[in-house]
Amino acid sequence: MTKRLIIVLATLLYAHSAPAIDTGKAFDDPALQARYERLIAEVRCVTCQNQSIKDSNAFIAADLRREIQRLISEGKSDDEVTEFLVTRYGDFVLYRPRMSGKTLALWVAPFVFIFFAGFAIVRVVRHRMTLPVDDEITDGGSAQ
Amino acid sequence: MNRYLLPLIAVVVLIPIFILGLESDPSQLPSQYIGKPAPDFDLPTLRDPEKRVSTANLSGEVSLVNIWATWCAGCRAEHDFLMQLNRDQVIPIYAINWRDKRPDAKNWLAQLGDPYVASGFDEDGRVGIDWGVYGAPETFLVNAEGYVLFRYPGPLDSVVWDREFAPRIAELKK
Repeated sequence: MTKRLIIVLATLLYAHSAPAIDTGKAFDDPALQARYERLIAEVRCVTCQNQSIKDSNAFIAADLRREIQRLISEGKSDDEVTEFLVTRYGDFVLYRPRMSGKTLALWVAPFVFIFFAGFAIVRVVRHRMTLPVDDEITDGGSAQ
Repeated sequence: MNRYLLPLIAVVVLIPIFILGLESDPSQLPSQYIGKPAPDFDLPTLRDPEKRVSTANLSGEVSLVNIWATWCAGCRAEHDFLMQLNRDQVIPIYAINWRDKRPDAKNWLAQLGDPYVASGFDEDGRVGIDWGVYGAPETFLVNAEGYVLFRYPGPLDSVVWDREFAPRIAELKK
């Protein structure tokens, strides 16, 4: 038991120190650094698609971080940085795609599904309310 | 109303969507430049840092722009085919040598042959990003007006060529 506990604790010791990709700070100004970190967390790494470029050590992710750092230091707005990326890699690079003709389905689909699910639930419930209550089910539990 | 109608409609609508989803490969990103002018670049050439190769070189005739690097296994795989395209004078091939080391790249061309009209040397990868490159090799088909018509990610060979490139080039020469 103690042995197992030691193993668990030892594992936890390592877990907290997941190595950061960017060890150095990109900006001295904390406001700019915060913007930078927020932006890189929202950009998908194009070769390693389930990571953001903040988490990836692929060199293309490093290149994109460097470009974002450059754009921010040139005084570009968040929208301009986003525009830069989308022009080159498409909406796919953004984890939160912008609303546009191409991405409209992404934004609307959940509401459509919820609408139809709600519709179905209402119909089923209404239908069941018209059924006679069967006492035997609640009493005995032998529904069949 | 028939109780099976709604589920039936749902299935009929969803199945094609799922099939599309299964068949599309999410690792193959579409290029954002299809039908648009090739992104501007102006790079020193690989052979001679004093000389430049730029977007201006691309206009005038249909050409390929091949993104390659010595660290890229797929580039080695397609190199012989590029040599063959060059030998048969099928199409002028320009190159962007992407995130490479100059001596390595020059050495590679010296040993394996140089199929390129010119190689731009994109040491820090900025031109690669401007072209929306996400991995090497990638090959762009650019028309005489300097517009990107097609982009193929991955190594070229005669099968890919006959399927993807040859018909498009034939179309242009009509």
